Amino acid sequence: MTLTRREALGLSAGAAAFLAIGTKVSFANADATEAAIMEFTGGATPAEGKISLDTPEIAENGNTVPVGVTVDSPMTADSYVASVLILADGNPNPAVATFHFSAISGDAEAKTRIRLAKTQNVVAVAKMNDGSTFIDRKEVKVTIGGCGG
Amino acid sequence: MFSRREFLMAATATSALLGSGMAGNWSRLMAQQGLTEDALLSMQPTGNLTLIHITDIHAQLKPIYFREPSINLGIGDVEGKPPHVTGADFLKLYNIQPGSPDAHALTSDDFAALAQSYGKVGGMDRVATVIKRIRAERGNDNVLLLDGGDTWQGSYTSNVTEGQDMITVMNALNPDAMTGHWEFTYGQDRVQEVIDELPFAFLGSNIYDNEWDEPAFEAWKMFERGGSKVAVIGQAFPYTPIANPRWMIPGWSFGIREEDIATHVEEARSEGADIVVLLSHNGFDVDRKLASRVDGIDVILTGHTHDALPEPVIVNNTLVIASGSNGKFVSRVDLDVKDGKVAGYGYRLIPIFSDVITPDAEMAALIDEVRAPYEADLARKLGTTESLLYRRGNFNGTFDDLICQALIEERDAQIALSPGFRWGTSLLPGQDITFEDLHNACAMTYPAAYRSKMTGQMLKEILEDVGDNLFNKDPYYQQGGDMVRVGGMGYTIAPNRDIGERITDMTLLSTGEAIDPQKEYVVAGWASVNEGTEGPAIWDVVENHITKNPTVKLPDNKSVKVVGI
Repeated sequence: MTLTRREALGLSAGAAAFLAIGTKVSFANADATEAAIMEFTGGATPAEGKISLDTPEIAENGNTVPVGVTVDSPMTADSYVASVLILADGNPNPAVATFHFSAISGDAEAKTRIRLAKTQNVVAVAKMNDGSTFIDRKEVKVTIGGCGG
Repeated sequence: MFSRREFLMAATATSALLGSGMAGNWSRLMAQQGLTEDALLSMQPTGNLTLIHITDIHAQLKPIYFREPSINLGIGDVEGKPPHVTGADFLKLYNIQPGSPDAHALTSDDFAALAQSYGKVGGMDRVATVIKRIRAERGNDNVLLLDGGDTWQGSYTSNVTEGQDMITVMNALNPDAMTGHWEFTYGQDRVQEVIDELPFAFLGSNIYDNEWDEPAFEAWKMFERGGSKVAVIGQAFPYTPIANPRWMIPGWSFGIREEDIATHVEEARSEGADIVVLLSHNGFDVDRKLASRVDGIDVILTGHTHDALPEPVIVNNTLVIASGSNGKFVSRVDLDVKDGKVAGYGYRLIPIFSDVITPDAEMAALIDEVRAPYEADLARKLGTTESLLYRRGNFNGTFDDLICQALIEERDAQIALSPGFRWGTSLLPGQDITFEDLHNACAMTYPAAYRSKMTGQMLKEILEDVGDNLFNKDPYYQQGGDMVRVGGMGYTIAPNRDIGERITDMTLLSTGEAIDPQKEYVVAGWASVNEGTEGPAIWDVVENHITKNPTVKLPDNKSVKVVGI
């Protein structure tokens, strides 16, 4: 019988790819993530608070990780969330999604599922109608699994 | 007291045989302390409400030996804090006399010698006696019996009946609620079928439907006991679909989801709960962190990591209770509830010394009945062990070494990997190894022993990954299993370092050569979480090995070096 490593241990293909490429890529992706944040904020450093990410501590399946984001905002014509940028700083391409809102959105909440190649930070940045920006970051671990109990 | 006299005589005889001052000391102490059922069970009652907690029974219906860990490291903030204290340090911390019954129950020091005198522990008929007695003493309407899960798995009979032997026995004990972990390894359909028929609540605040991301289980339940409203929130093992096969429970998602627990605490309080209890399978460190972050939980009955602590650990006004495993302990928590608060508590971690506690006759008969169809198989002798065989501890135990040896020889491999489960009973030097004993170490629903080729790089990555699941500084990133057991390869581990930097000096033991990251090695292992894994069942592999080598002799493993702590 021949088993591939993946069959034997449930290593995600993404993690294997990461190992083959090595750590330089992860620095490059961290840079790309910073660059994407700066482009979104127009060069300003986003503040902490108002935005909160909801992610699992450890992904059950790195290929489809549920990610939720909520921004604290009255969502009125005077004060609303304009958009939220989601990034994954360890993926080959950090860009994941941008959600656009308006005052009539009611709540500034969004949920999606994303693929994570390996253990990394998921980053969410909110841009308000007045141009101010807020950031949250959560580490999500992508693990081989097994052996627990 | 059916065997107290025999018991004390045996103790005296053993101490005479050993002839050491130590042995004489503890047998005398035992006599002085009068190790009787009354002494084990009696406690000064407090308040009107009693919680009885039992957890991680792992399907052990009959008395067994279970050696507590000699190494159980805590990393980061929990370094040196209970339960990460073992041996003499543990005895000192809790002011327990070495060689005493409590010392033997709670630590591994002199395990084999003391076990000869104190006898086996556990047995659900003895547990039944304790539970009945507490109910009689406190009054049925004042007691809640709560099962923390890992109840249906861990023995031959549970595996062949898909947990039915345990379900039958537990139903007879009439619990009020349970939560789960290994229960889920019988698959989603079986679990659903059982829960639909269960005469009590199966609670899981953190189990969600995968498709619609909606709660899939009853999260909490209100009980009226001892004149108080008691809310019990259930928390299943958060990493079930990662540590165990996700394909067996495709419709369910887990996770810690502490915000859900906070929501349920608020709901319970708004519905008039005087007391909020979290019946948890999170593991000790996860529950300690959770207690510090979620307000308003009065008691956490923790499970999963199999820790047994003689006193609650108090965090943010929450009593965290750790009740051991394998039916070796039952916890009694008395609560004095006043104005929606715990005004006082009493706690007793009751060790179930099976030669001291009289079996409950009804339960003994029921256990015999559920085991009867399998008795001939269970009793079959496979070999004898000259060494103490055990698993529990952060790194290779001797029972794991036996399994790894069998994998290497029977599957013609260079290196063996065996999961660091915390279940698995112990055998004393001189004991027969029966079919039942072997299955106590490996009975589960994904037993295929694979044979595969892996590079040195891959092996290192596996050790790093499992090491991080155990030693991550943030408990929320821990999965609660111990380190993967390795045969045929030695390594050094620095638990305090980060992932990728813990494992060094990987060495192929057969040649003494360093493991080459680029080179492929033949690896045999079992308990892969992946669907479609092929190979013979691990128990057949180990049985074949023991049949060929019927006298087992295994010194403690020296091929794992722990540094930096």
